[in-house]
Amino acid sequence: MPTQTPLNVLLVDDEPLARERLRALLGDIAGQCPASVVGEAGNGMQALDILRETAVDVVLSDIRMPGMDGIELASHLGRMAKPPAVIFTTAYDNYAVQAFDLNAIDYLMKPVRAQRLLAALQKLSAQRPLAALLNDIGQTVRGGGRTHLSCHERGRLLLVPVAEVLYFKADLKYVTARTVEREYLLDESLTHLESEFASRFLRLHRAVLVARPALAGFERAADDDAEAYGWALLRGVPEKLPVSRRQWAAAKAELTA
Amino acid sequence: MASIRHFPATHPLPDWRNFGVMLRVLLGVNVLAALAALAQAPDLAGWSERFVDLASVVEPLLLVCLGLLSLLRDVLWRLRLRAGQTCVMALAAALAALMLSYASSLHLIDASAIGRGLLLTLATTALLLLYFELRSRAFSPAQAEARLAALNARIRPHFLFNSLNAVLSLIRARPQQAEAALESLSDLFRAAMRDPAELVSLADEVALGRQYLELEHLRLGERLAVDWQIGEVSLDLPIPPLMLQPLLENAVYHGIEPAPAGGTVSIAIVRRGDELHIRIANPVIGQAAHTAGNHMALANIRERLALYYDLEARLETELADNRYEVHIVLPCQRKRH
Repeated sequence: MPTQTPLNVLLVDDEPLARERLRALLGDIAGQCPASVVGEAGNGMQALDILRETAVDVVLSDIRMPGMDGIELASHLGRMAKPPAVIFTTAYDNYAVQAFDLNAIDYLMKPVRAQRLLAALQKLSAQRPLAALLNDIGQTVRGGGRTHLSCHERGRLLLVPVAEVLYFKADLKYVTARTVEREYLLDESLTHLESEFASRFLRLHRAVLVARPALAGFERAADDDAEAYGWALLRGVPEKLPVSRRQWAAAKAELTA
Repeated sequence: MASIRHFPATHPLPDWRNFGVMLRVLLGVNVLAALAALAQAPDLAGWSERFVDLASVVEPLLLVCLGLLSLLRDVLWRLRLRAGQTCVMALAAALAALMLSYASSLHLIDASAIGRGLLLTLATTALLLLYFELRSRAFSPAQAEARLAALNARIRPHFLFNSLNAVLSLIRARPQQAEAALESLSDLFRAAMRDPAELVSLADEVALGRQYLELEHLRLGERLAVDWQIGEVSLDLPIPPLMLQPLLENAVYHGIEPAPAGGTVSIAIVRRGDELHIRIANPVIGQAAHTAGNHMALANIRERLALYYDLEARLETELADNRYEVHIVLPCQRKRH
């Protein structure tokens, strides 16, 4: 067998002993599949920090982790220029495992066996699961939307915490997310954002979703204003958002509730 | 060891000292009295007046009767069921006859009303005795045990497989710790497979809780801190099995695992008078997102408490200052058998 260049592996799990075990197993199978562990992370955020600095071929990631879980991590990876392969490890997640089987996503059951790990590393698929698919699986597994949105800017992956977004606005081609500091261009559709974050964001207009806690008040537009029926005022930023005639009653009810 | 077979709901002659039984008797008799008042009153307006009249006779009779019955409970339980029921009827009738004839001697009621009063007392007593007999059949030990077996707390597979994974990684580096962990795991499963009708001692349940938390500590490391506060409690008090462990599991699963920095699970056990208070608290992470599983575990424990103690135990939950607390109150059972 020709000597291979070792695979660069990143271990992601919130339990130190689980990472230790993967490291030991990688040592056991080094004869058949040389690999070097280039980093360890306790959740998705830490993993993304390492991935910005380090070249990684494979990410072995747990699903349930505090902060950012494994499925959300994988969906952000999809936006990188050269994303690493992801193999999920899970102790027990019925729904996730079914979804992985259906969509040919690689996963290992814990306790992980050396032979299974070897097989998974040898047949790494070149195909990466779609971010939209991962978002759907993640939403069911964790019972809610992602914690962050990703934005690609000059070759860098930026993370925008959903909790800081004041509103989403759709322009001709892009969706922008506004935080108190600045705007981010996202590669997402407003409809998907609306359904994923339905409990936090409210539709004001065909092209606008607003974070419910950011709403400060409303004012009626002038009668000859073609753009909007009314305007929504926000906390923290001076801009006003257009409210359509259709959403006017529901939006005003939100503030009095 | 005490078991559910000795609990009041399973005896066809009720335990008159049990709070649930008293409440049911008081409610039952007063509802019947209200109905009788409605039948006698000339119109709706006269109803409440009539009820007050009736109550002045019914309530003293009822309270004296209940008092005597709770004194005589153990004697009555030793008789055969029919004989016991007959004694209760005779006692109620005798008390009614005494009170009614006293009242008529004071000219409070007509002498002709004594017969009617006696009949009504007998009918009411018979009705209540029938109700308690049917109720005990619905809660027969066999059925209660089957119900308990179905409800018996299950250990989350998520915890089992993660623990096994942690133990596997200990085997090479720290074999002794791995041994201790496997021993704890086997104790935990022995407890989960035990006969759910048998009560265990508080000491056993606390020991099991400690073993469980040690296993979690192995997995979660520094993220899990535990604070035990056990007051002046006699540790051989009998309590239902697996009351503590499922609640600790919930606290870790919902309060510690989702927090990157972890947190503290605190357990306080104190005795106040005849009640045992158990409080388990954990920090709350963000909005309580996955509460469905939590509610199931709580509903399960509530139902088990009802099967063991009827109305004398309670379970409350409280969410305040980013802390979630489960509070269980159990009667301190004196061993009866």
